[in-house]
Amino acid sequence: MSEVDFIAPTSPEQAARALLAGGATARPLGGGTDLLVQLRSGRLPPGLIVDIKRIPEAIGIRQEAGGFVIGAATPGITLSEHAALGQAWPGVVEGANLIGSTQVQGRASMAGNLCNASPAADSVPALVAARATCLIVGPEGRRTAPVESIAVAPGRTSLAPGEFVLEILLPPRPARSADAYLRMIPRTEMDIAVVGAGVNLTLDANGVISDAHVALGAVGPTVILATEAAAAIIGSKLDDEALARLDAAARAVCRPISDKRGTSEFRTKIAGVLARRAAVIAYGRAEKTA
Amino acid sequence: MSKRQHISAVVNGDPVEFLTDPRATLLDALRDDLGLTGSKEGCGSGDCGACSVILDGRLVCSCLVLAVEAEGRRVETIEGLADGSKLHPLQQKFLEHAALQCGFCTPGLLVAAKALLDANPNPTESEARYWLAGNLCRCTGYDKIIRAVMDAAAELRQETV
Repeated sequence: MSEVDFIAPTSPEQAARALLAGGATARPLGGGTDLLVQLRSGRLPPGLIVDIKRIPEAIGIRQEAGGFVIGAATPGITLSEHAALGQAWPGVVEGANLIGSTQVQGRASMAGNLCNASPAADSVPALVAARATCLIVGPEGRRTAPVESIAVAPGRTSLAPGEFVLEILLPPRPARSADAYLRMIPRTEMDIAVVGAGVNLTLDANGVISDAHVALGAVGPTVILATEAAAAIIGSKLDDEALARLDAAARAVCRPISDKRGTSEFRTKIAGVLARRAAVIAYGRAEKTA
Repeated sequence: MSKRQHISAVVNGDPVEFLTDPRATLLDALRDDLGLTGSKEGCGSGDCGACSVILDGRLVCSCLVLAVEAEGRRVETIEGLADGSKLHPLQQKFLEHAALQCGFCTPGLLVAAKALLDANPNPTESEARYWLAGNLCRCTGYDKIIRAVMDAAAELRQETV
């Protein structure tokens, strides 16, 4: 039999102490759709499993201080059922809901997707474009960090021993704002992104883009916050010239690998296309909120 | 050595208790400890849906749930679908439409289809196909399954009118 042990604490501080004491093989458990696969395949050696789902803050969606707080273990299906979240952050919700099957949606969380640190994580580009932050609990207390600072390499995070993500925080939304996420897969369901693109933007009263953020997935070791791509559309009404600049700037920051799912050249080209298309969708949604 | 844990849960409406290793999955516990062998292990990695159960009202793969996570939870499996010897309309329609051949995926598909009709009694064919995308069948080509689900949905709607 295995050496795995399991606890389900009810406070974040208990969880952090247990994770620290459990050492290098201790893992927090949210939905388990990555963790259990890794344990069962032998990729992750047996250790302590700390189920965070009995911690009240780790479950559910709360509207606080004009923004949204999403518990780390909140399953994807809960996001799709929350009307106000879908209204404010349709791109964040559509990114999370692209992950896996209905069964996986019943368990898988955005924070788990983030901390699994896959470059192709579908929920991460839209969160990065949303300028979302994480509330991290650890042995030294609590801290917040931008979503893009969590993954540092494929499968590796910046979390210190004993630290785990308790909540994801989406900031307050200015008027005439919207986001969108698109991914490319060679089939319609149940696949891993070849490229993903999230765009989040705000329009002024005249329909000119006053703020924008663009994030690209699966075109580098971690999700890329494409600052120049966002700058390429700020001040525009997303005319053809602005879209061409966005496409070029998105392609310029890509540094993908070539693998069985796509060559580096293909991924780079698609990143420009998806950034353009996601921007058009986000722009249309932002106009409708006015 | 890992410590076996004592778990109390409700399965198909009945209170159950079992002892389980912390590494065991809910699927292991259902099959090996509770003798409910309707749920199948296909892939063991959440790709095939043969182990689908409803956990606290959510459709999940029981191969991706630890048995210890079931403490205090409600689990619905394929064994709870029929009402005694009376088949659920989904089961009856699967038979009528010949929506199975080898039958290995069938329990998972029936549980997933029940979760669909609980959430959405009047799905479009497209909605049904997306909902069931996580249930793999290598025999039927899916068309008969979708026909059976749509037919069962229609029958269930008429009953409740």
